[in-house]
Amino acid sequence: MEAFIIYITVFVLAIFVGFEVITKVPPTLHTPLMSGANAISGITVVGALVAAGSKESTIAAVLGCAAVIMATINVVGGFLVTNRMLLMFKKKK
Amino acid sequence: MRISLINIVYLVASVFFILGLKGLASPRTAPRGNMIGALGMLLAVVATLLDQQIVTFQLIIIGLVVGGAIGTYLALKVEMTAMPQMVAAFNGFGGGASALVAATALLAPGALTNVPPTQLYVATAASGLIGAATFTGSMVAWGKLQGVLRWQPKSDALQKMINGGLFLAALAFGALVVIKPTDFWAYSLLVAVASVLGVMLTVPIGGADMPVVIALLNSYSGLAACATGFVLGNNVLIIAGSLVGASGLILTSIMCKAMNRSLTHVLFGTLGPTAETASADEVYGGKVKSASAEEAAMIFETARSVIIVPGYGMAVAQAQHSVRDLANLLHEKGVEVRYAIHPVAGRMPGHMNVLLAEADVPYDQLFALEDINDSFPEADVALVIGANDVVNPSAREDKTSPIYGMPILDVDKAQTVMIIKRSLSPGFAGIPNPLFAAPNALMLYGDGKEMVRELIAALREQ
Repeated sequence: MEAFIIYITVFVLAIFVGFEVITKVPPTLHTPLMSGANAISGITVVGALVAAGSKESTIAAVLGCAAVIMATINVVGGFLVTNRMLLMFKKKK
Repeated sequence: MRISLINIVYLVASVFFILGLKGLASPRTAPRGNMIGALGMLLAVVATLLDQQIVTFQLIIIGLVVGGAIGTYLALKVEMTAMPQMVAAFNGFGGGASALVAATALLAPGALTNVPPTQLYVATAASGLIGAATFTGSMVAWGKLQGVLRWQPKSDALQKMINGGLFLAALAFGALVVIKPTDFWAYSLLVAVASVLGVMLTVPIGGADMPVVIALLNSYSGLAACATGFVLGNNVLIIAGSLVGASGLILTSIMCKAMNRSLTHVLFGTLGPTAETASADEVYGGKVKSASAEEAAMIFETARSVIIVPGYGMAVAQAQHSVRDLANLLHEKGVEVRYAIHPVAGRMPGHMNVLLAEADVPYDQLFALEDINDSFPEADVALVIGANDVVNPSAREDKTSPIYGMPILDVDKAQTVMIIKRSLSPGFAGIPNPLFAAPNALMLYGDGKEMVRELIAALREQ
């Protein structure tokens, strides 16, 4: 129960930080915001890596490998495409 | 010791994610912000590989290489006009990955997690529900935006009942996961039902409502990661997931406000002409004037201030580069050119801004609705390219209109309004636009790109 309270605390505080930070993003950058935030949500790759590398269950390892693939597409693709877009915004005379 | 080290790196990664998003507050700092976010992700991944539960690297390497290659290919190849479906697909992969990770925590709890059983099972059920629905919902959104999925049933009472039933079934299977966590079939059924639910919820939505759906799916992909964080007892997932969840929710609410519709209405309601809506003949009958590119060019010739209003049609016609050329030419002739961007123009938040940035239009020429609406009365020409409902004065004047109350760009207040459009066909709301029949309006019939090019040619000749 103690541990759960700590996780909930982190969750609630992070939501507030999120609202504070995101409301400052101008509408011009809303598409890069979505793709960049999207890349960050690929953090789930961290759990996928452990599942894919553990020996406890073969099914879990296979599902973990599939999760690594999906999350890595999300992470690598997300950050790269965001970078591509942001450089377009930057290169003005 | 090793666990403490990993957790400290996770904390650093979380801070980097927050700093990265903070960098997006201005186009100047944004590229660095994105780099910081990516660096945070790299740190988190490297630290995870130190985890003692990882004993074999075969599947990890396969996963990273395959996923990295696909992600790189997609990110470098995608056209800017196709960005909405790209983001939709990425959202889906994130959600799907979260649901899969939650599944592995049920199968191999010893390796993955040490949270109390109740938290583990409740969070697993939540992650499976949100993650699977995000995956299939995003794939449907991708299919619609890509144009490969054209099925669009009307959202009716029967469909709402089916969705309600599916949701209850998902909750029931979720409860089963909590009660009998060792029976993996309960989780499998939960994921199956949630997958169908994701399809059913997204399939009736289309067209101009897509920005809301994409923003919402963005939020869900974050919440799924967050739920997985509770499954694994991992703060970096909880923090990163919450940030993304908050981001998606903010964008969703901005989009809904820009259409003056509630989220429930966008998701479950229908937008269309009512019995009181005037027919196209009543609105247009004999009052619509059209002009050729040459005639339009003569008006531009005497203009001093021009405001360009792009919409989804500009994206479809890939006209952004031609529009930029036209703006540059006008600029050379001493005309002040600005762009007015409606929040829901296009198929995702900020869609028009990215297209114009691709065409090298400086972002300080782009203005949001509230910043430019007062300038239309002083503008000599408002040039509408591929926008319809967001410039429909009925939203301001006609209380019976289905879009009444939606904030619009007041292009009708400009000296002259030119509308580049193929025909008088209605926009997403399905209603006629009295703007086209206004005394100061001129229709320039044709494809967006072609017509802008003709305008440029005509202006050069003068």
